[in-house]
Amino acid sequence: MADLSTNFLGIRSPNPFWLASAPPTDKEYNVERAFEAGWGGVVWKTLGADGPPVVNVNGPRYGAVWGADRRLLGLNNIELITDRPLQVNLDEIKSVRRRWRDRALIISLMVPCDEESWKDILKKIEDTEADGVELNFGCPHGMAERGMGSAVGQVPDYIEMVTRWVKQHSRMPCIVKLTPNITDIRLPAEAAKRGGADAVSLINTVNSITSVNLDTFSPEPMIDGKGSHGGYCGPAVKPIALNMVAEIARSRETAGLPISGIGGVTTWRDAAEFIALGCGTVQACTVAMTYGFKVVQELISGLSEYLDEKGMTLDELRGRAVPNVTDWQYLNLNYVAKAHINQEDCIKCGRCYAACEDTSHQAIAMGPGRVFTVKDDECVACNLCVNVCPVENCITMEPMAKGSVDPRTGLVVGDYANWTTHPNNPSSRPAAE
Amino acid sequence: MSNSPLTPGIASGRLPAEEYDRNFLDHLPALDVHEARVAADRCYFCHDAPCMTACPTSIDIPLFIRQIATGTAEAAAKTIWSQNILGGICARVCPTETLCEGVCVREVAEGKPVEIGRLQRFATDFAMPKGHPFQRATPTGRRVAVVGAGPAGLACAHRLAMLGHDVVVFERRPRPGGLNEYGIASYKSTGGFAQAEVDWLLQIGGIELRNGVELGRDITLAELRQSYDAVFLGIGLQGVNLLSAGGEDLEGVSNAVDFIADLRQANDLSTLPVGRDVVVIGGGMTAVDAAVQSRLLGAENVTIVYRRVQAKMAASEHEQDHATSKGVRIIHNAAPLRVIGETRAEAVEFAYTEDGPDGLRLLPETFTLKADQVLRAIGQRLTGLPDGVTAKGGKIDTAPAQVWAGGDCAAGGEDLTVTAVAEGRDAALSIHRQLSGL
Repeated sequence: MADLSTNFLGIRSPNPFWLASAPPTDKEYNVERAFEAGWGGVVWKTLGADGPPVVNVNGPRYGAVWGADRRLLGLNNIELITDRPLQVNLDEIKSVRRRWRDRALIISLMVPCDEESWKDILKKIEDTEADGVELNFGCPHGMAERGMGSAVGQVPDYIEMVTRWVKQHSRMPCIVKLTPNITDIRLPAEAAKRGGADAVSLINTVNSITSVNLDTFSPEPMIDGKGSHGGYCGPAVKPIALNMVAEIARSRETAGLPISGIGGVTTWRDAAEFIALGCGTVQACTVAMTYGFKVVQELISGLSEYLDEKGMTLDELRGRAVPNVTDWQYLNLNYVAKAHINQEDCIKCGRCYAACEDTSHQAIAMGPGRVFTVKDDECVACNLCVNVCPVENCITMEPMAKGSVDPRTGLVVGDYANWTTHPNNPSSRPAAE
Repeated sequence: MSNSPLTPGIASGRLPAEEYDRNFLDHLPALDVHEARVAADRCYFCHDAPCMTACPTSIDIPLFIRQIATGTAEAAAKTIWSQNILGGICARVCPTETLCEGVCVREVAEGKPVEIGRLQRFATDFAMPKGHPFQRATPTGRRVAVVGAGPAGLACAHRLAMLGHDVVVFERRPRPGGLNEYGIASYKSTGGFAQAEVDWLLQIGGIELRNGVELGRDITLAELRQSYDAVFLGIGLQGVNLLSAGGEDLEGVSNAVDFIADLRQANDLSTLPVGRDVVVIGGGMTAVDAAVQSRLLGAENVTIVYRRVQAKMAASEHEQDHATSKGVRIIHNAAPLRVIGETRAEAVEFAYTEDGPDGLRLLPETFTLKADQVLRAIGQRLTGLPDGVTAKGGKIDTAPAQVWAGGDCAAGGEDLTVTAVAEGRDAALSIHRQLSGL
């Protein structure tokens, strides 16, 4: 079994699977159960400034999007940061710390955007012996209206300023949690780095309305007839998160900055993908909220098995996909593939045909006996047939060998060539004569 | 309870009262809302879906299942009914395993089809109490006579009425429904569903139902042709084939269809007599329905004997499994030689058979089964043809002008409820075209 032990900013954990700052990490009872189940670490649900506790709504806090068989695909919440008294949280963190020395224990923080507030909270958490802090610059609902959370995360200058305060008033490792509700994720990441952040974590939740109630005409989750946007998470946001993680991992300015990956991690495979894009740890939440803490056992066994099969260490996996993330302009335009339908596996549902005939390139033929075949002279290898086929690997994309002739274009499949040198590109420079 | 399964002869009340209720419950209970959603989610919404092609009435199955999946079961029901107005009973009695579900791509892929029949029932059960979904077109003033209020006749009458024609349906039995009411196994249509469906169907308006009126006895085709603009014959197969074995006239030998009809019309199942040792001769769904229900009424031993190989049984594998799961024994390749008994049946002697290229051959070896009740289920045949109508191959072949036919009495397709509905509907469309001069 592969060794999954992780060292992230000097914070050790038996595996890279941390629970993100969220309802599951709001109190000792839950965190105890999470550690017993095997989670490598937790980021304690965001603490606010001392004083009257935050209040939450007393109606639904979550909305959801479901797939077939009511499988939860996306979850949205309008819960605020912890609504428990600060001292209760601090006492419980200390208590957990005493019992679980081998796990990562990070405290998420969100206080008003002034130096005193940050100085004060950092002092208060000092003797919990937590491993580090995560600055919540991400929550898009409620607290953002009060100038915290994503209101900070959307202004790189504020990120830099607060991060600097934190590094100035604390010796703890500092992770800056980023909001995805921004145009270019690299800018806040760069700001965090400038401010002295030891790492970034992303993504926080995405602004969202999960649905509209067609009886009351209010957004869901609905509170007394009204709704507010919430933060979207769960499997549905993973692609958004992967892209943002990759952007930071491959950017010249932020390359090498440690990343804790967050966003729809549901299976070991998702976690491995985040790690391959450079994440030192991954944080999960919705999967636990859907299935309970035990699900970490599958994450652990799955990642181990995968590493064993690949004969790879966790460190060797980390960042392995980063060099392969590039810009569109550098993609090989001479890479020519054709869809191929494996007749043995085909169940003859015809979805590939409907999709291709109605919405793509009319490149699939439907023969007698519902035999579906690809017309190579029409197929542009768009992959839609693969995506709509209910049988995994029934339709595959087969690359054409170099030197062969693409029956669609009549052109010989040549060497690597991309848009930057393509004759149709007005900016391309002809090769020197 | 004075009798038991061991009571010799043909006797009623073989079981405790509550066991009858239990035995004749809905054999495949309705899906609840959650189950329907889960089942509907499995549909792939195939292109040019094989299930739709396999359905004799061509119901747009992927569409109605998607409508269920998206929480609009009423729309789903309307999709079903627009093709098959008897979609409710068909959902219960169709041999889906040989039709839509048999060709479902998930049956091919996983051996577990989308439960199309049960989903169809879910939608139609949901929407039926909400009233009749269709409205009549402007009355055309044309009048059509429909003979037989079975699936074909009802489907024809409904479509004609919908198109604005006035319809009079003549039914020889006291109640409408045909085999839906008198023919299928009780546990497939519980709670008086067949009658409720007819009542609901008639809500379209423009259909007058005359029960107890028989063609040839009370009315003639010539009279109908004179008084109506068109006539539809949906008279079914009223005759029952005989075994052509000795001793058929002994007491205790009867037609499976009559046994089933009596059972369907009985108010108290404990008053229905059934043998201790029942032998059903035949290989179709009637044989299975009669055999299973004999067991459910408390017969100790029930045997279906079919003269050919198993693969040739008209009853589907699913039906056969259902029978054997209820304790019915099925013997293949045996033909009855004679029913043995003094005044009443005591046993049946069979010869083993061999199905060869030259047809069925009786082998010298014989065996005898104890039998106090013998049910004939070797098929029905066309009888009572009116003047001017000819038959060929056991089905109506030609009819005079302005006379149409459909259902079991007509050629084309299998003798199934759903086929009868399709033929009745299509005949209505053909009549409409003719009457409208289209």
